[in-house]
Amino acid sequence: MSSHLLIEVYIFVLAVFVGFQLISKVPSVLHTPLMSATNAIHGIILVGAIALAASVHGALDVAISVAAVFLATLNVVGGYVVTDRILGMFKKKSAERPTE
Amino acid sequence: MNILLQVGYLLTAILFILGVMRLRSPATARSGNLIAASGMVIAFIVTVIRYHSFSWGLIGLTLILGAIAGTYAAKKVRMTAMPQMVALFNGMGGGAASLVSIGELHSNWVHGISSPGASISALLTVLIGSLSFTGSLLAFAKLQEWVSGRPITFGGQKLFNGILLLIAVVLGIYMSVSGGRQDFTLLTIYVILAAVLGFLVVLPIGGADMPVVISLLNAFTGLAAAATGFLLANNVLIIAGALVGASGTILTQQMSRAMNRPIQNIIFGAFGKVASGAPGAVG
Repeated sequence: MSSHLLIEVYIFVLAVFVGFQLISKVPSVLHTPLMSATNAIHGIILVGAIALAASVHGALDVAISVAAVFLATLNVVGGYVVTDRILGMFKKKSAERPTE
Repeated sequence: MNILLQVGYLLTAILFILGVMRLRSPATARSGNLIAASGMVIAFIVTVIRYHSFSWGLIGLTLILGAIAGTYAAKKVRMTAMPQMVALFNGMGGGAASLVSIGELHSNWVHGISSPGASISALLTVLIGSLSFTGSLLAFAKLQEWVSGRPITFGGQKLFNGILLLIAVVLGIYMSVSGGRQDFTLLTIYVILAAVLGFLVVLPIGGADMPVVISLLNAFTGLAAAATGFLLANNVLIIAGALVGASGTILTQQMSRAMNRPIQNIIFGAFGKVASGAPGAVG
C-alpha cells in the first residue's frame, strides 16, 4: 500500500512538472483553445465514473455513478467539439480572437 | 490481469502530452486537439473492456445521451459564447469528479471499508470538485447574462468565505481521521459547504475577468481528477489531472498577465472597488 502510494506520488509530481513545462510561452490567441482543450482532457474523469459504475450495487450508488458518467461524458464530448470549433475558426480568419 | 488497461493508459498519457504540445502553435493546434481526443478514446475503450461488469443498458444509454447533449450544445452555441461553454463543461467535469468520490466513499462505507488515505483523497476531490461545479455554473450564468455580470459583493464577504472554508476543512479532517464515523449527513453538509463556497468565490468577480476565473476553475477540476486518481488507484487520472492542474495554473497566470491584471486583483479586486463606491468593471 505505502509503496503503491509512493509510486502514485512520483507519477503525480512528474506529471505536474510536465504540465508546468508544457505551457511556457504561448501566443495569447491560443489561450482560449488551450483552456478548452485541457478542459476536455480532465474529462478523463469519465474513466473513473465507469470504474465506479462497475463496482457499485445499491440504488443510491448506481444513481450517483450514472450521474457521474453523464456529467463526464458532457465534459469530454462537449470539450473536444468546442475546442475543434474554436480552432476551426483560425483557418478562416487567422490571428484574430473572437472574445475577450 | 490488466496489462491492456495499463498499456492503454500509458498511450493515453503520451497522446495527451503530445496533443497539448501541438496546441502551443496555431498551425498544429487543431491536430493537437484531435490527438488528445484519440487518447481519450483509447482510455475509454480499455476502461470499458476492463470494467465490463456495469449495467450495459443503463450506462450505454447514459453515454449516448451525454454524447448527444454535449455535441448539440457545443455545435449550437454562438462563436462569441465559447468561454461560457468551456465554463459549463468544466463545471460538469468538476461535478463528475465530486460524484465519483462521493459514490466511492459511500460504497466503501456500505461495505464497512474505511481507509484514512482513501477518505482524504475522496474528501479533497469533493471539496475542489463541488466548488468548481458551482463556481463554473455561476461563471456560465454571468457570461450568459442570466445573472448580472457586475461584481456582486456584500459586507464581510471575505471573512464569511474564510469561515466557510475553515468549517469545511475542519469537517473534512474530522471525517478523515475518525475512520469509524461514516456519516452521510456530515458528508452532505460538507458537499453543500463546498458548493456554496464555489458560488461565493465567483460572485464578486466581474464578467470581463471571467475567462481568467474559468481557467483557474479548469485547473481546479484537473486537480480534482488527480485526487480521484489517488482514490481509485488509477494512473491515467493522476497523470491527466496533474497535467491539467499544472498547465491550467500557468495558463491562468499568462491570461491574467495578458490582461495586465494580477490574479489576486481579479479574485479579490471587486472588494476594494465597492469600498471606494465605484462598482465598475462591467463585462
